[in-house]
Amino acid sequence: MDNGLNNTRKDFKILDQIVNDEPFVYLDNAATTQKPAAVLQSIINYYEHDNANVHRGVHTLAERATADFEAARDKVAAFINAPSRKTIVYTRSTTESLNWIASSFGNMVVEAGDEIVISQMEHHSNVVPWQQIAAKKHAVLKYIDLTADGELDMDHARQQITPKTKIVSIAHASNVMGVVNPIKELAKLAHANGAYMIGDGAQSTPHLPVDVQDLDVDFYALSGHKMLAPTGIGVLYGKQELLEAMPPVQFGGEMIDFVHHQNASWKELPWKFEAGTPNISGAIALGSAIDYLNDLGMQNIHAYEQELVNYTLPKLLDIEGLTVYGPHDPAKHTGVLAFNLDDLHPHDVASGLDMEGIAVRAGHHCAQPLMEYLDVAATARASFYFYNTKEDADRLVNSIQAVKEFFANGTI
Amino acid sequence: MGLSKLNLLYKETVLDHSQHPRHHGQLPDATAHLELRNPTCGDVIDVQAQIEDDKIIDLSFDGVGCTISQASASMMTVALIGQSVKRARELITDFSKLTIGDEISDQADEELGDAAILGTVAQFPARIKCAALPWHALDELLEKREVEKND
Repeated sequence: MDNGLNNTRKDFKILDQIVNDEPFVYLDNAATTQKPAAVLQSIINYYEHDNANVHRGVHTLAERATADFEAARDKVAAFINAPSRKTIVYTRSTTESLNWIASSFGNMVVEAGDEIVISQMEHHSNVVPWQQIAAKKHAVLKYIDLTADGELDMDHARQQITPKTKIVSIAHASNVMGVVNPIKELAKLAHANGAYMIGDGAQSTPHLPVDVQDLDVDFYALSGHKMLAPTGIGVLYGKQELLEAMPPVQFGGEMIDFVHHQNASWKELPWKFEAGTPNISGAIALGSAIDYLNDLGMQNIHAYEQELVNYTLPKLLDIEGLTVYGPHDPAKHTGVLAFNLDDLHPHDVASGLDMEGIAVRAGHHCAQPLMEYLDVAATARASFYFYNTKEDADRLVNSIQAVKEFFANGTI
Repeated sequence: MGLSKLNLLYKETVLDHSQHPRHHGQLPDATAHLELRNPTCGDVIDVQAQIEDDKIIDLSFDGVGCTISQASASMMTVALIGQSVKRARELITDFSKLTIGDEISDQADEELGDAAILGTVAQFPARIKCAALPWHALDELLEKREVEKND
């Protein structure tokens, strides 16, 4: 029996259950991943032994909580090869990170007539904050189109990114098209035009080795819950000099250096951005998730998922009437498989798969501009993580066949 | 159990209404219309109504959606054409009750006709919104009309 990469399935108790009378198959990892026992235990350990507020007390538990909270920050920094803990700001999520970049850094650097360049495959969290700042600053929001294959069209990128461009913000990996975008090349293009490069790492950091210095991004955003950690913890990475220049978004306790009656000064990086009591247990659990991922090795995770895609994608493409979005060459496709079946609405397909115990996403995936671009209302989406197996893939393929027959015959 | 449970949701009548929707398209003599979206899936429905003397003379719907929302819209038009605005709103409330598994009167059940069959959606909580979308659209349309009338 196949038990996921390095037999990891046993660490995820949630996967071992019956849903709608069938063994559960979880294929909604692009939405959020499951949490291994070690990560859950790190939360319990923290609350049973070390719970105290950070950066405030002189007592022993406050020291321990602070040390663990900051140790997790160092783990994040090492995980994405950031140069120092100063460049790692805790946030709630990728969405919050991108919002802060847009509303604070964007507000500082974007001027009337400037261009902000994103792509057709961005998540709403990398679209709407830029719409807001573009409207406020009378800047122009431009989109890079996709190739017929569903990859980012780099020729079009070279046309869209111009000396008027101030910001380029692109998903490192797409949550719909199943492609990894050439962020390093885009960063070169952006910098050659005097623009700043932002990478949305929500879908890449959980699945690929990420090196922010090699990518040479100015900012990078990621979410803990898509990489084994709980919801409510995210990260904003920024180059130190840019974070120094960027004003804080929230004000209050923790982030101040000294407060007078009429004014205040900020703490040094990264704490000047972290107002109020942070998500301490979330940060510590993120550190534990990173330990778990490092034990497996990001290169191994990437290779294992690629093997699952090599196995699954041709089987999906063999189903008559099934459309898979993004490249059909498995070597170019990540473990995010968005599809539609005949004229069936993806909600009907997803309800059918749910009855077979299989969890997939159906909808617009928070990418309505992309749905409009692809000229579909919505899609279904199966997405893998390292604990999925070829058996899971077989269940998916067979169940899609069964759902297709059900709707063709009106019954089974 | 697997897919056999799907038969509960996608009954023959439901599939028939979604594949052959009644009163689909534009209503030339419409006196009001209302477009509603389901933000979770991007589905959109446009309900059009011809209302005279507080009576629903005709209804139609347009838009994109899943089997359940399309069938529900079709069933709604059949059930509510010819009803008074007041009775239509009562039946909309009754339909809402059905979708969350509450009992309704035999009279209401009979007047809802095919639409009452969609009460099984109560066993598929993720799909209640799909069934409810067209009814919410019509209810909002009728509500707006009353507010405008009283202004």
